[in-house]
Amino acid sequence: MTILGVGVLKGLGVTLKTFLETYPWGRVLLRAVGIPSANGLVTIQYPDERQQHSERFRYFPFLVYDKTPDDLRCVSCKICEQECPPACIHIVGPAKDEQGRPLKAHGRTYPVKFDIDMAICMSCRICVDVCPFDAIEMDNQYEFASPDRFGRLVFDKQQLLKSAEYFKQIKPSEAAEVDARLAAKQAKTAPPAKPAVPPNPSSA
Amino acid sequence: MTSLDQLFVHAANTALGLLSDRLRPWASIALRIGVIAAAAPAIMMYLTLYERKVIARMQNRFGPTRVGVYGLLQPLSDGLKMLIKEDVVPRGADRLLHLIAPILAVVPAILLFAVIPFGRRMIAVDLNVGLLYVFAVSSIGSYAIFMGGWASRNKFSVLGAMRSVAQLISYEVPGVLSVVAIIMVTGTLSLTGIVEAQAGRWFVATPWGFAGCLTFFLSGVAEVNRTPFDMPEAESELVAGFHTEYSGMKFALWYMAEFLEAFAVCAFTVAFFLGGWQGPAIPFWALAGLLAAISAAAAKLPLPVRFVGALASAGAGLLWRAEPIPSWIWFLGKTYALFFVLIWFRGTFPRLRADQLMGLAWKFLLPLALVNILAAGLWSAMPFPVGTALSASLLVVSAWALVRLNHPAQLDHRTYVLAD
Repeated sequence: MTILGVGVLKGLGVTLKTFLETYPWGRVLLRAVGIPSANGLVTIQYPDERQQHSERFRYFPFLVYDKTPDDLRCVSCKICEQECPPACIHIVGPAKDEQGRPLKAHGRTYPVKFDIDMAICMSCRICVDVCPFDAIEMDNQYEFASPDRFGRLVFDKQQLLKSAEYFKQIKPSEAAEVDARLAAKQAKTAPPAKPAVPPNPSSA
Repeated sequence: MTSLDQLFVHAANTALGLLSDRLRPWASIALRIGVIAAAAPAIMMYLTLYERKVIARMQNRFGPTRVGVYGLLQPLSDGLKMLIKEDVVPRGADRLLHLIAPILAVVPAILLFAVIPFGRRMIAVDLNVGLLYVFAVSSIGSYAIFMGGWASRNKFSVLGAMRSVAQLISYEVPGVLSVVAIIMVTGTLSLTGIVEAQAGRWFVATPWGFAGCLTFFLSGVAEVNRTPFDMPEAESELVAGFHTEYSGMKFALWYMAEFLEAFAVCAFTVAFFLGGWQGPAIPFWALAGLLAAISAAAAKLPLPVRFVGALASAGAGLLWRAEPIPSWIWFLGKTYALFFVLIWFRGTFPRLRADQLMGLAWKFLLPLALVNILAAGLWSAMPFPVGTALSASLLVVSAWALVRLNHPAQLDHRTYVLAD
């Protein structure tokens, strides 16, 4: 026969143990009576302390440039714009002169405007997957709160530009993969290389 | 040198002594009212913080930490928020009753404070019918709840209010009956008298006192609509029950009434069964030393505050080193410990079903409270070991029998004649 109230007391015991586990003195008390206990507080006090993200954590895309900010890998092919599921990418380009001939910087065409609407982006990484030039990558910054819906949440080309060094820093293994791929491509196209094309930093 | 135990009493008497004889009675009344009116909201505000902190810790969280150190200013910011919120009265509501109801809920809750014996000679009014007054006043709250629910013109409110009235009427009965034993044993209705009768032994240490304490505390918890008896404001069923249509300061008043009544229930349980302001003669310097150590170790407080706190505690401990822990610290300490039990219940138990709630009151607590009166009679009529043994065994047997009788009948497996 079960004794009256034992279940009730057991339930109270569970909550009391949880309560004590959140205090250092409580853990000492619990260990003193022979109950193993670990720190019960699982909350990360966000603005004061931050969670350690895995390397693959992603939030918002950025445009990669190699050495100088005008040396961006994007050639304005607009594949990402077409593939973006929520259509948050808006590209104007490639840049052309008055005669309609494409302008080139460092041997590549480049976009005139490249906007991504942060409020629409869903962090799916499809733009990164479809980019044939590895020109767009995912960033792990996520603190973009702003009181201004249209001004501050639409990121233009200048705001999106980040260096390949930065990419290597936040995602070393992914950057190494990309570098290897770019080096292979470089090796394939290198023999008939024109002197105008600057050497790729990955092969250098 | 004023004794620490009578510090507040002496301070009040000294202040009143400065006045002329004609003014003194009125000033005395005003002082008592003023102290209660100032203390009650402060107590309520910090009870909300206490509850939020403890319940958070039971759920592996921190609770409020952002406003002030350790979230100590959170109640103030909540109060400010409540004050500036819009007061919405639903269309078709009875505007007058909608306004009166929360006020009527707070008034009895504060009135209860008049007879709480906070310490030796620290009671606002030592009524000779104090116990009767407690039950008479505390049941007014149900009028307010029904009034508020009905005036809101909202089905959730009315349902919550109806549940509340049913619950309050049910739990009032075992609550009162469990206290009858005390009246029998002490022969007084005055709360001071009841506390003084527990000088040698707290009533909770007797068999009838233990059963009575449980009965009284559980019915008290049910009367103030707290989990696990929070049927009237079951948020998963009734939005918020009777205060669904309240916002702003009116809502804060409901909240205040609930917390003050919960505090009063704890205080009366302490006064009736847990020895009130009596306590073992632990020297005060031990407590002061502990306080000094705690305030010195509180890492998040600013350094001057820690220093001053530790110094003040240590100084007080040195000044009153010869005295035991004062009565008012005992009373408040016990009350807050019991409030911790209330929060602990809330953190542990799910809400009872309506029939379980009524069943507990009418089929278990009420018969147990009746048996308890007999047990108290046996205890006081018989010499020491016999009476205690008899009443204890009577209570154990009857509790066991009640559980057996209340056990749901095991029905035979039902076979349907037409099934095949």
